[in-house]
Amino acid sequence: MIGLAGTLIAGCDAPDMRPSRTEDRTAIARGRAAAERLGCGACHSLPGVDWPKGRVGPPLEGFASQAMIAGRLPNRPDILARFVRDAPSIVPGTAMPAIPMREADARDVAAWLLEDR
Amino acid sequence: MSGEGLSRALAGWPPPVLDPAGPYSEPVTRLAWVLLLGGFAVLAIVAAALAVALWGGPALKRRLGGDRAIWIGGFAFPVVVLTGLLVWGLTLTSQLSATGPHFGEMRVRVTGEMWWWRVSYFDGAGREIVRDANELHIPVGRPVMVELASADVVHSFWVPRLGGKMDMIPGRINTLRIQADAPGTYAGQCAEYCGGPHALMGFVVVAHAPDDFARWQAARTASVQPVGGRGRQLFEDFGCAACHAVRGTPANGLAGPDLTHVGSRRSLGAGILPNNRGTLAGWVADSQAIKPGNRMPAYKQLNAEELQAISAYLDSLK
Repeated sequence: MIGLAGTLIAGCDAPDMRPSRTEDRTAIARGRAAAERLGCGACHSLPGVDWPKGRVGPPLEGFASQAMIAGRLPNRPDILARFVRDAPSIVPGTAMPAIPMREADARDVAAWLLEDR
Repeated sequence: MSGEGLSRALAGWPPPVLDPAGPYSEPVTRLAWVLLLGGFAVLAIVAAALAVALWGGPALKRRLGGDRAIWIGGFAFPVVVLTGLLVWGLTLTSQLSATGPHFGEMRVRVTGEMWWWRVSYFDGAGREIVRDANELHIPVGRPVMVELASADVVHSFWVPRLGGKMDMIPGRINTLRIQADAPGTYAGQCAEYCGGPHALMGFVVVAHAPDDFARWQAARTASVQPVGGRGRQLFEDFGCAACHAVRGTPANGLAGPDLTHVGSRRSLGAGILPNNRGTLAGWVADSQAIKPGNRMPAYKQLNAEELQAISAYLDSLK
């Protein structure tokens, strides 16, 4: 938590606060595959995925254009990657549980969600 | 098919229906190929006759239109081919439906419900020893006799890589043998329209090497150590136990799937979702968004902490 606060403070000095858009197409493709394999659609409607379209959490189409994650944290790839993997550790009280996935999966899922559509 | 055993019974290449993994699916695939290729051969003969009729010389046309050609091509050929196919097909597939268990053969019962599968394992004396749902564990290399029943409407049990397809008829027990020759996860699917979310009624068969299967069986037949905590308390307070059983706890509902080992299942929602904390939470909070019409109501009255606790509890039921 302290480490995260550090990165957040450091992040304020960064020149570019917009969600960074990765051009890594393979990471984006892997991210989509990971999201389907992990079943993110059980709670969320996912961009380009016909089924399942869960309604427990917010729809994730156009996620790149939103400023905050869960109304609490800046929408940056590194923070998003931590959030999708272990949301309760950085947003205490959230209904989104920690999801069993590798760190690389989390980075790919973040890249996919932040893809410029 | 994904490693999580998410049911994709009809997807992938080669198509599972043409990719047999045991002696009870191999005849089905062979029959399918023979019918397909034989059909093409007959089509080619008919097309050739048509070509002769359109563009053939007068001598050929005369022969094609003669009595002899009609008796041979229009009568003798179909009678011989269709009779041969009928006898061969029935002989080939006669071993697929089982008449009764062989001595010492593993016997299970799968009951189709709208829209999931109730699974019971029997011991040699015919007593039920394990209850489960939506997943069947079998040892490799041994035939397993599956008794097929239905609790409501007609369903059809179909695990394409392991055996034939057999209807589940209310008031009847049909029997089918399946066998897997290699360890792995094999997807199944309800193959008879049974209403609403029929397409989301999947099934998973997990084939184990003999030692692994013995371990699995020992773990399942052992008495369970009930886990407690807030999740279990909420599970009972919110009425989940009215429909679901968790062995070793007061939860003893029979209407829905037995959840004693839900955390160790390969899939959730009857073979349709991967099984983890996230999908468990999503299913509990609003299964209607995922599988519209299924008989479990959406539990939208849970707050975040309660949902976390219940899904953690379910995930812990290994």
